[in-house]
Amino acid sequence: MQFIKFLSNIAMPLIIFLILAHGIVERKRIFDIFLEGASEGIKITLKIFPTLVGLFVAISLLRGSGLIDFIVNIISPLLKIINFPEEIMPLALLRPISGNASIAIATDIMKNFGVDSPIGLIAATIMGSTETTIYTIAIYTSSIKVKKTRFILIAALLADIAGMAASVVVCRMMSNGFS
Amino acid sequence: MLNSIWPIFIILSIAYGIVSGNLEQLNNSFFDGAQDAVTITTTLLGSLCLWSGLMSIAEETSFVKLISKAIKPLIKILFPELKNNNKITQQISMNMIANILGLGNAATPLGLKAISSMQKENKNKEELSDSMIMLIVLNTASLQLIPTTVIAIRSSLGSTNPTSIIFPVWVATIIAAIVGTISAKILIKITKKKER
Repeated sequence: MQFIKFLSNIAMPLIIFLILAHGIVERKRIFDIFLEGASEGIKITLKIFPTLVGLFVAISLLRGSGLIDFIVNIISPLLKIINFPEEIMPLALLRPISGNASIAIATDIMKNFGVDSPIGLIAATIMGSTETTIYTIAIYTSSIKVKKTRFILIAALLADIAGMAASVVVCRMMSNGFS
Repeated sequence: MLNSIWPIFIILSIAYGIVSGNLEQLNNSFFDGAQDAVTITTTLLGSLCLWSGLMSIAEETSFVKLISKAIKPLIKILFPELKNNNKITQQISMNMIANILGLGNAATPLGLKAISSMQKENKNKEELSDSMIMLIVLNTASLQLIPTTVIAIRSSLGSTNPTSIIFPVWVATIIAAIVGTISAKILIKITKKKER
């Protein structure tokens, strides 16, 4: 634990250190180059902002109206058939669309069912192995103003589903092996 | 994509909110959502500028070349379209390294830089190119070595072994990444055939 904490804390400072050290050794005009790059960051952010407003309002409405809970209730009998734990369902549905909401839900699940319980482990594994897919797609495509996104959503969601299914299977195997 | 999903999300939510009598919360949700976008954007603005600047320095030095050499074989398989475009290959490498190290704040700006370079080479500016699709799929797969956020949550909740999650996360991430990249590859092939 201590070592992993150290590793994850040292990663970013070390990379920045290496970049700057290379710049100094190779005698670049580091700060000028930095400023040029940084002003590009402003342009990208401004391009993304309108997309984020639209997207976040939609997500906030999905949750605020109670529609997400409604969908969870409809789908859960289906999930029982494929043996997907019902308790995880709200997380699985929200994970691709909202990062903050899914962290909140996952924490809640871990608290209620126990961090080290099979359900708690599954929730944590899903959080660690998947991303906020729709948000990621939206910022990447809006930053370059592309209109046709082809099948990107299908491919990314297939990856999410596979990751979630794998989380359930691996965690079940792990908990069975331990007890 | 968003042209169809976005209005559907909103219309269904409003309809459901009215039917279920959740009107007060529905009203608040509009402004909460807009406010969330501002909060995220202000966080992004700082890290985007910082990492775009640092990446510019890295691009001018041999540091990026070292890193992209290390993962070149993988990039060749995933991005056959790029061939020998060094600049884009280097930017993708930095993005992947940041992802693997769990530097979400750095990975997104680096990935956005890579996709904007790809757009310059893109033949049809209105449509995602094959390599753009691969880049986005890789970034939605959350390829990180150490899932720091989850470990932190687990340890704050008093888990007996917060890091026991690492192995299952690896398995799940790798499966997700493989399924994502393979289905992207297959879909690229299918859509190419249709065009001919």
